[in-house]
Amino acid sequence: MDILSTRGLDLWYGDNQALKHIDMDIPERQVTALIGPSGCGKSTFLKTLNRMNDLVPAVRVEGLVTYRERDIYAPGTDVTWLRRQVGMVFQKPNPFPMSIYDNIAYGPRIHGVRSKARLDDIVERSLKGAAIWDEVKDRLKKSALSLSGGQQQRLCIARALAVEPDVLLMDEATSALDPISTSKIEDLITELKEHYTIIIVTHNMQQATRISDTCAFFLLGELIEFGQTTQMFSMPRDKRTEDYITGRFG
Amino acid sequence: MEQLSLHRRMYDRGLRLLLRLAAALVCALLAGLIGVIFLQGLPNLTWAMLTSEPSVIRNITGILPNILNTVALVAGTLLIALPLGVGAAIYLTEYAASHRLAAVIEFAAETLTGIPSILYGLVGMLFFCQKLGWGSSIRAGILTLVIMILPTIVRTTQESLKTVPQSYREAALGLGSGKWRMIRTLVLPASVDGIVTGCILAVGRIVGESAALLYTAGSAAVLARSLGELLTTSGGSLTVALYMYSMERGKIEVGFAIASILMVLTLLIDLSAKLVGRKLRRN
Repeated sequence: MDILSTRGLDLWYGDNQALKHIDMDIPERQVTALIGPSGCGKSTFLKTLNRMNDLVPAVRVEGLVTYRERDIYAPGTDVTWLRRQVGMVFQKPNPFPMSIYDNIAYGPRIHGVRSKARLDDIVERSLKGAAIWDEVKDRLKKSALSLSGGQQQRLCIARALAVEPDVLLMDEATSALDPISTSKIEDLITELKEHYTIIIVTHNMQQATRISDTCAFFLLGELIEFGQTTQMFSMPRDKRTEDYITGRFG
Repeated sequence: MEQLSLHRRMYDRGLRLLLRLAAALVCALLAGLIGVIFLQGLPNLTWAMLTSEPSVIRNITGILPNILNTVALVAGTLLIALPLGVGAAIYLTEYAASHRLAAVIEFAAETLTGIPSILYGLVGMLFFCQKLGWGSSIRAGILTLVIMILPTIVRTTQESLKTVPQSYREAALGLGSGKWRMIRTLVLPASVDGIVTGCILAVGRIVGESAALLYTAGSAAVLARSLGELLTTSGGSLTVALYMYSMERGKIEVGFAIASILMVLTLLIDLSAKLVGRKLRRN
């Protein structure tokens, strides 16, 4: 079952075409990795999936993007609804300058949760879901900025989980972290795919092979190859994919 | 080699001497100015002067009406300019779809902050006092000051909004937050120190303004019996009173007394801007 699909997706930043005719079907409850050299369009592609590109001035999108068979660029689409379904974790941990508790409760409060008991429950569940509960349960009222980088990133994952999304987008979510924090988050991603569809952008080829089921290779705005990760890394169909994953460029 | 190094040493020493002289001169000027004003002003400042209405017949010198006029001007101007200016700044930085238009408006605002205040006075007089038939009145003065101070408030607010990391906005919107909610819960709390500091400095500019008010608010020093009367009749601010006493009535000592009040006020305003800014930043 495919949860997100694109057909003939083109994207321009001004006159610069960043995505060229992308057709992709992303399977549900799997980890899909987007790989490719810097500037290949993988992050741009990721952000079209929850319309975070809307924030960029002079961006133009053509083609079809569907989430559960709904055209998310159709006029009248509720972007707030979309972003609740398709959550995002950013490259650099970006906790809000408030307490750990308020960080997690931020999303649920947006969506109308007021009851203290329910918020308490959501905060605990989300922090457990992001494997950080034991480290922070005694200091929920402390500022989130007092946490280490790796903890902050898991906090951001917990914050994204708190609104109960369907899909989680991760834009190089471990590239700013140390190896131990990275491996914790990789373990977490593997667990999360039981309940969520996860799409990660990564520069780290080993990471893609470790955690992803499906893999997409982008080059200069084009989708070069898309398929099973094991197959792509053992027997790439395209010469350019082979060159990239064997480290010949990029 | 020896020659060159000696030359350089002399050069270095000479330059350092010049810079030290420049700094000393600036400090001496400042200290001298403050000293002269306080020495001439404070002995002439009496409690009676601060608390009474002036009367030529009974030969009373009083600046209470001018103090109240100044308070009315500051309060009235802020009441209008603050919501308007902060609102415009939020719109320009957070909402404006056309970045080019926003840039043009920003440039215009920047230019407007540098225009001599007497030009605002002239326009205010022509429009509010004559065209609208309000005459010289506090309300004409307030609206003129609003126009004068708006660009400053817009610019300082925009500058502090821009210091809020883009990552906060992305994270909030990524969670499905609406724009206004994001602004209210994240952007404004993170930039409030800069906004408040900017507003306090704007108060300083209003207190120190004279040219624009001479044209629009008039120079009367009569106690108003009601708020309505206060707003619709002519009223001189402290700065205007300073001008009137020293230039028109030859009471230079009263002028110095007012000057020392203004000096203390300015000092207090600058200090509170610093303190409030620091306190808000810490929270």
